[in-house]
Amino acid sequence: MTTTTGKNPQPSREALQAIDQPLSKAALPRWAPWGVLVLSVVVALAVLLPGGTSAGAVAVLAALLHLVLTAAVSGAKEGSRKAKDRVVTALVTIAFLIAMVPLVSVVWTVVSRGAARFDAQFFTWSMQGVIGEGGGGLHAIWGTVVVTLLAALISVPIGLLTAVYLVEYGARSALARAITFLVDVMTGIPSIVAGLFVVALFALVVGPQMRIGLMGAIALSVLMIPTVVRSTEEMLKLVPNDLREAAYALGVPKWRTIVKVVLRTSVSGIATGVTLAVARVAGETAPLLLTLGLTVGTNFNPFEGRMATLPVFAYYQYTQPGVPAQAGVDRAWTAALVLIILVMALNLFARLISRLFAPKGSR
Amino acid sequence: MSKLIDVSDLNIFYGDFLAVEDVNMTIEPRAVTALIGPSGCGKSTFLRSLNRMHEVIPGARVEGKVVMDGQDLYDKDVDPVSVRQHIGMVFQRPNPFPTMSIYENVAAGVRLNAKRMKKSDLDDLVESSLRGANLWNEVKDRLDKPGMGLSGGQQQRLCIARAIAIRPSVLLMDEPCSALDPISTLAVEDLIGELKNEYTIVIVTHNMQQAARVSDQTGFFNLAGVGKPGKLVEIDSTSTIFSNPSQKATEDYISGRFG
Ligand SMILES: Nc1ncnc2c1ncn2[C@@H]1O[C@H](COP(=O)(O)OP(=O)(O)OP(=O)(O)O)[C@@H](O)[C@H]1O
Ligand SMILES: [Mg+2]
Repeated sequence: MTTTTGKNPQPSREALQAIDQPLSKAALPRWAPWGVLVLSVVVALAVLLPGGTSAGAVAVLAALLHLVLTAAVSGAKEGSRKAKDRVVTALVTIAFLIAMVPLVSVVWTVVSRGAARFDAQFFTWSMQGVIGEGGGGLHAIWGTVVVTLLAALISVPIGLLTAVYLVEYGARSALARAITFLVDVMTGIPSIVAGLFVVALFALVVGPQMRIGLMGAIALSVLMIPTVVRSTEEMLKLVPNDLREAAYALGVPKWRTIVKVVLRTSVSGIATGVTLAVARVAGETAPLLLTLGLTVGTNFNPFEGRMATLPVFAYYQYTQPGVPAQAGVDRAWTAALVLIILVMALNLFARLISRLFAPKGSR
Repeated sequence: MSKLIDVSDLNIFYGDFLAVEDVNMTIEPRAVTALIGPSGCGKSTFLRSLNRMHEVIPGARVEGKVVMDGQDLYDKDVDPVSVRQHIGMVFQRPNPFPTMSIYENVAAGVRLNAKRMKKSDLDDLVESSLRGANLWNEVKDRLDKPGMGLSGGQQQRLCIARAIAIRPSVLLMDEPCSALDPISTLAVEDLIGELKNEYTIVIVTHNMQQAARVSDQTGFFNLAGVGKPGKLVEIDSTSTIFSNPSQKATEDYISGRFG
């Protein structure tokens, strides 16, 4: 404030005039942004086509033209505030489109290349006795399912109980703070380290050269537990204290309150978090490469013998395709496609769960 | 069923902060005791110390005695969980369980404690509790709908039904009408009048008229200054407090000449 004479600051004349402005102003028609867009694309094509061009160059030029034209047209007709609004809207939309490019391109590549072997044989055959063309990834699909389920079986109870301890019991204790710190550190562990850790652990306890499904599952749980703890912790913290107190006031013991009120209220969020954590580790390659190795046949027993998994299968089919090479590469792409479908299905499942368990009738 | 509670030399702390100092009072059975006083003087704190809800807050503790039926509630071998089964509580803000239907909310005291009860008995309990809370007629056709789908006033009465469904001997109410419209308030006040035939009731309120209307005895809490502990200034029959209190501070507060 420059005028600190102790009086109430009076609004200046200009400020008052701003309030006096009419409520309605000239506005562009609703189709205007689209019109500008079409115009920019046409101009970009007209400029670039004669010299021969790529779609990328046209898109970049059209985007820039669109921004400039929007600013000019809207600025002239509607005034600067509205023009800024339109430019920022265009910027945000462009940023969104840029973010979508890698996603769409990955899905497109995997689908188009994976389609070649996306057939019944892939889902009914393993690689047992297959040399060259044919064969399938059934053993790898089962391996991924078994190992991931086992990993979830190990990490969900540990992660859930840790989160319950942190939120409901630990509160401000030194132990709780130490756990939180370690969990944060664990979140950043590179997955290869998890794999090496498990290999070293089994080498110490059982002896070297051990490769079983359980090892892969443990390596995945090392990666999964911190995610489960974190997401569950956030969900538990969201449960209002009022509900805990309401239960206590009914003479409900603490553990029952936690199980039947706190966990029940947050179950939808927790289930979503767990499913996403599963989806996250289902595609891990490095630790599985170290701990599981690869086989050609289907192995359902995680406690004995090597197991194939989709990411490792894809890796080997791609790097050591055999003859003819194309058959192996095709199998690798299809394995990648199946993995993406699995992860997508898990994500949809997570949404379904959160829909099903969400508290009803809250407004 | 209703019980007398004798409070003596009660000091209530949040960590090192003494929130309420040296309370002595007798809460009469089958009567309504109202607690009034300015904001922050420790009414809620005192109320929550009566059913050992105070210690739920980390670091919170209590010194002194709260005797019900000759048993000190703060005795070492008293289980706070069973104290709360005898002394129910209604909170200032309605807090029905969001995952439960109206029926399940009322049955929560039974269900959450995994008490075995025949379906027909539970139905009867739910109906009588909802009738007791003046809510039955409004919800009897939608018992399986979520409790959160009710209006604020209905939710508060649902919470009262939930509290009386555990058949407590004492019912504590912390500003139960502060979020309610005049009609719901009247319904709750009528309800308090009926409930006192069976229960000992302690109610915190900021509404002088309400205290005068519903209570048999009234206690006035005050605090000497910011950061100082709250104190019970006096407690007497409601008519005495409102017509001819013995302390000047009480008279000032009631007549609005406060602060
Ligand atoms: N959880 C808590 N932790 C620390 N101090 C608290 C806590 N809750 C309340 N207090 C303090 O205790 C004192 C009494 O608070 P209390 O909530 O009992 O007041 P009140 O009389 O119920 O007020 P109101 O009429 O506004 O509800 C206040 O000084 C308050 O700041
Ligand atoms: Mg209060």
